[in-house]
Amino acid sequence: MQPSAKLGFILLLTPLLLWLALLIFIPHVDMFLVSLRERVGVGKYDTSLANYRTFFTEPLYLWTFLRTAVMSVVATMITLIIAFPVSYYIAKIARGRLQSALFLLCLIPFYVSELVRTFGWMILLRETGLVSNLLQWAGLADQPVEMLYNDAAIMVGLVYTSMLFMMVPLVTTLESLDDSVIEAGYDLGGTGFSVLREIVIPHAAPGIVSGCIVVFMLSLGNYLTPTMLGGKDSLWFTELIYSQFIVRFNWELGAAFGFMLLLLSSLIVWGMLKITGQTLEKTMG
Amino acid sequence: MPSDLIPDLECTQLTKRFDDATAVDNVGFDVPPGSFFSILGPSGCGKTTIMRMIAGFLDPSSGDIRIKGKSMRGVPPNKRPVNMVFQHLALFPMMNIAENIGYGLRRQRMAKPKITRKVDEALERIGLPGIGTRRTDELSGGQKQRVAIARCMVLEPDVLLLDEPLGALDLKLREHMKVELKSLQAAFDTTFVYITHDQSEALVMSDQIAVMNQGVFEQVGSARDLYYRPKSAFVAGFVGDANRWQGRITAVDGDRMQVQTDSGLTLRGARHGRALATGDRAEIFVRPEAIRIAHSSTDLEQFDNRITGTVSSLLFNGAASRILVREAEGKEEIEVTLPQSGEFAALSKGDAVHIGWSGDQGNCFAAGNA
Repeated sequence: MQPSAKLGFILLLTPLLLWLALLIFIPHVDMFLVSLRERVGVGKYDTSLANYRTFFTEPLYLWTFLRTAVMSVVATMITLIIAFPVSYYIAKIARGRLQSALFLLCLIPFYVSELVRTFGWMILLRETGLVSNLLQWAGLADQPVEMLYNDAAIMVGLVYTSMLFMMVPLVTTLESLDDSVIEAGYDLGGTGFSVLREIVIPHAAPGIVSGCIVVFMLSLGNYLTPTMLGGKDSLWFTELIYSQFIVRFNWELGAAFGFMLLLLSSLIVWGMLKITGQTLEKTMG
Repeated sequence: MPSDLIPDLECTQLTKRFDDATAVDNVGFDVPPGSFFSILGPSGCGKTTIMRMIAGFLDPSSGDIRIKGKSMRGVPPNKRPVNMVFQHLALFPMMNIAENIGYGLRRQRMAKPKITRKVDEALERIGLPGIGTRRTDELSGGQKQRVAIARCMVLEPDVLLLDEPLGALDLKLREHMKVELKSLQAAFDTTFVYITHDQSEALVMSDQIAVMNQGVFEQVGSARDLYYRPKSAFVAGFVGDANRWQGRITAVDGDRMQVQTDSGLTLRGARHGRALATGDRAEIFVRPEAIRIAHSSTDLEQFDNRITGTVSSLLFNGAASRILVREAEGKEEIEVTLPQSGEFAALSKGDAVHIGWSGDQGNCFAAGNA
């Protein structure tokens, strides 16, 4: 490489390297070190696995951890099930202006912040909210109905927040499927279901997996939606981390929690890739 | 009617109207079993619409399609005994070759070992044994072509539809595949319906060709009929090359006639039974290869059209080389095929030549309908 070209390459790479090193790598290393500290006295620390031990011996922590994982997986599945037909319609059935209009409609909710969107759900679902009033007016309920502060409300909020991140990769991969391949599937005797199973889904697999990874990570790491829509019984793991860091000033335990969350999401993403036979390069490239 | 007399494919008064346009207008034809039928026409003439109606992807506005005597109205594409080779082949990229060919058999819920055997047989038949485990993108254009045909043929359809499948191939391979398609058709002994805008594909392969223009069939016949006895000015102009002139008929004598072209030439032609009378406007078509070229006018005495002129350009194209001859009064340029005997190899621009052709070769049509 020419010296000047080499300099250019280094200059172009510097922002990325600074970003990775300063905002990702160094904080994580530091957090890992913090998580291995055990406070034995005022200002005195030992290196031990005590924080991780606390995590595994306290049922509330472990329970919340597993609940968060399972609910994130469920939220991802529900998002996929709702987003797939919508994406298929936008990518393969709608044409021209309708296609872009529909895609824009899916995008519009993201023009307002997540906080405002979540407040929107609260207005709809609370005891004195629209849905409750509607049910009473229709005679289906004889008193105000509270629909907030439970797992279902969290699920609604998570799916709603994640929808676009599932749709973008799905629409992109489905659009790249040649119409005549689908027609060939029918022409050679396939039914709607077998064409979907043998042709459409295998083709869309990279999009499905990359959408699922993004949605799963967003759900797992979401703080706002579970806090606002979930009640006292619907704890989310990020709330525990927050309370360790901010409320209880127990950075050591908070850091350990953070690391467990990182480990969990990596493990589930890896498992997802293994099960579907996809690679990270294929789904992200 | 005995079963072998029932046409494999029969279309009656087939019409397809889109919102404001009629894509296919009252077309009727039938295809006898085991024959190679082509629909030839320029793009936008409605040939793809016909094919999609036969395959079941479009519903006809009126008329009927019968396959082996059974009406196909209301039958979905996956229940029809026809299969289609798509323009870009549409092999399933998510499956390997064996899975591609076995796809239709799996849909018929055939037992696995039987599928494997049939797929192997099909691969053998298309001359590509042992490629079953390869991916579709590892094949060459010609191999993909054959796999696409095999994928349909394992289902033993009554009719195989081919939608310009050679369009994406390069010239040499296309020439090769023409011959190969014809022999595959003979080997599978299945009725092929082939649509194309490339006249040489249609002429080389077909038993019967329908020339289509603006939603109607202009003429249905053998390649030879279309080439030598076109029934309309459109067919004369579309199939093969031709010199064409417009003019007024000055004399009619039985089948023979005389035309005074607008540029002032007097040409003799034939009306081949068409209703043309003295004084009518007419168009006359003469094929470049029907014109004889000679160094002296005495060689051309047997012809009733004789023109003297000079070579205005040489269009060298190997076996299909032509010259343009400007006639003596300089009004017209006539395209003439150069004989390959070497006699005119030394011909160069500006040389004087004599050309002539028999009036029988000049096809006349009433002007204004092409």
